[in-house]
Amino acid sequence: MQYPIYLDYAATTPVDPRVASAMAECLTIEANFGNPASRSHQFGWKAEEAVENARRNVADLVNCDPREIVWTSGATEADNLALKGAAHFYRRKGRHIVTSRIEHKAVLDSCRQLEREGYEVTYLDPDSNGLISPQAVEQALRPDTILVSLMHVNNEIGVINDIEAIGEVTRRRKVVFHVDAAQSAGKLEIDLERMQVDLMSFTAHKIYGPKGIGALYVRRKPRVRIEPQIHGGGHERGMRSGTLATHQIVGMGEAYRIAREEMHEEARRTLALREQLLRGLEDVEEVYVNGDLTRRAPGNLNISFNFVEGESLMMALRELALSSGSACTSASLEPSYVLRALGRNDELAHSSLRISIGRFTTAEDIDYAIERIRHAVAKLRELSPLWDMYKDGVDLDQVQWAAH
Amino acid sequence: MAYSEKVLDHYENPRNVGRLDDDDANVGTGMVGAPACGDVMRLQIRVDGDGVIEDAKFKTYGCGSAIASSSLLTEWVKGRSLDDATRIRNKDIADELGLPPVKIHCSVLAEDAIKAAIADVRKKQEQAE
Repeated sequence: MQYPIYLDYAATTPVDPRVASAMAECLTIEANFGNPASRSHQFGWKAEEAVENARRNVADLVNCDPREIVWTSGATEADNLALKGAAHFYRRKGRHIVTSRIEHKAVLDSCRQLEREGYEVTYLDPDSNGLISPQAVEQALRPDTILVSLMHVNNEIGVINDIEAIGEVTRRRKVVFHVDAAQSAGKLEIDLERMQVDLMSFTAHKIYGPKGIGALYVRRKPRVRIEPQIHGGGHERGMRSGTLATHQIVGMGEAYRIAREEMHEEARRTLALREQLLRGLEDVEEVYVNGDLTRRAPGNLNISFNFVEGESLMMALRELALSSGSACTSASLEPSYVLRALGRNDELAHSSLRISIGRFTTAEDIDYAIERIRHAVAKLRELSPLWDMYKDGVDLDQVQWAAH
Repeated sequence: MAYSEKVLDHYENPRNVGRLDDDDANVGTGMVGAPACGDVMRLQIRVDGDGVIEDAKFKTYGCGSAIASSSLLTEWVKGRSLDDATRIRNKDIADELGLPPVKIHCSVLAEDAIKAAIADVRKKQEQAE
C-alpha cells in the first residue's frame, strides 16, 4: 500500500488516465491545438468539433440539449454566473433570493455580494439530517422572490436534496431554480428532462476530470435568461466570453462520458466500501454520523467522535488523507458551519472527520483506515479530560467552562 | 500544517499523562479552556512538605500543539518550587516547541493551566492551616 491513502475524493479526484490522454491530444503542434473560435481554417474547425463533442458528452450525462451547456472555469464560476446572472436579469421582477445555510461558499458569498447590491436573501435552516424540504422552500417564497439556489449533494455531509420535488414548487411559483451539482454529477442520476431545474452548476475535477473547467446548464424551454458576468468576444452565446480551453473541455467531456458508462457500477462499489467503513467504526463508543444516512451520496461518510478534537485526530491519522470539520488554525477556532447548522454542538463539530471514497479506493484501504481511526480515537481519549469526565458521569453541558 | 519535531515528539510520546487525587490537600488542579473553543487542559501538581512540585500530570483535549504544550509543561514544573513554577511564561513554551503564530494560544492556555493549579494548591493549603 502507498501512504498516505487518499480518502478525500469530495475535495478533488485524480484525473482518470483515459481523460489525461484525451487532453494531451489537444496541446502541441501535431495535435488539436487550434482556437475553436477560428472560422477560417481547419485548425479551428477541428478544435470546435472536439469542443462540441465534449459538450454533447456533458449534456448526455444529465439528459439535456448540448445548446444548454455553457463552459465556465469550474463550479465556483458557474455558481457566480447563475446567481448574479439571474438576479441581475430579473431584478425588475423582484429582489428576493432563497438559499440555505449549508450551501457551498461560492453560493453563500455570491449571495452576500447580491445583498450588498440591494437584494434580500433568506437562508433556510436544514433539518437535523441536513436536508431542505420542499415545504420549507415553498414557505420562504414571496411575491418578489426571483431565485432559489440549493445544492444537490452537500460537499461536507453528502446528503441529497429532493431536487425533483423542490423543482415542482419553484416551477409552479415561476421562480428560477439553480442547483449546484458539483458533488452529484457523475455519481447520481441527473435527468434534466424530468427535474424542473433552470440552472445547474457542474465541475470536472470532482469526477476524475481536470481542475479549472466546469459548466453551467441554462434551460431553453421554458427559457431562462442570465446576464453575463464576463464580457469579451461573445463566446458561449454571449453568456461567458473567453477563448475556450480545448484541452480542459475535452477532459471534462471524456470524464463525463466515462461517468455515464460506469457510474452505476461505481456507485455500487463505493457504497459497499462506505458500508464496510461504517461497520468498522459504528461500535466505537460515542460516535455520531452527521447527516442523513439513506439520502446520501455513496462515497461520503461524515462522522464525529465525541471528546476527541479534530485536528489532533487528523494528526494521528497522517497515513490517511481526509478532511476535518474543525478549522483550528485561527484564533477563532471555527468549527464547520455545516455541522453547526445541523444543530450539532461545538464539541461534535470539532471532532468530525469527512471520509470520501472514490474510483481508486480498495477494500484494503478501508480496512487500514478503520484500524488507524480506532487506534487514534482510543489514544486521544486516553489523553482527553472530557473523556474522563464523561466516564465519571459528569454532564459536560452543566460545567462552567473558563472560555478564552 | 507542518508540525515541529518537538511538537510531534510530545504528541507521539506524551509525558506524564494521567490524573492525581484531587482530594489530596497537596494536589492542585488547573482546568482551563472550553470544549466549544476546541481545547481543554487539565493540569495537576502535587507538592511535597517544602513546597516543591514532586509530581505533575495532565490530560488535554485539543490540537497537537495544545497536547505538546501541556506535556512539556509537566516536564518543566517537576522539581521546581511553586514560586519558581509561576515564572514560566507562555513564550518559553512557544519558543521551545517552535509554535507558529496561530498556535500561540495553546501555550497561553498551558500558562493559564499551571497558574490555576498553583492557585488551587495554595488555596487548599491555606484552608488546611
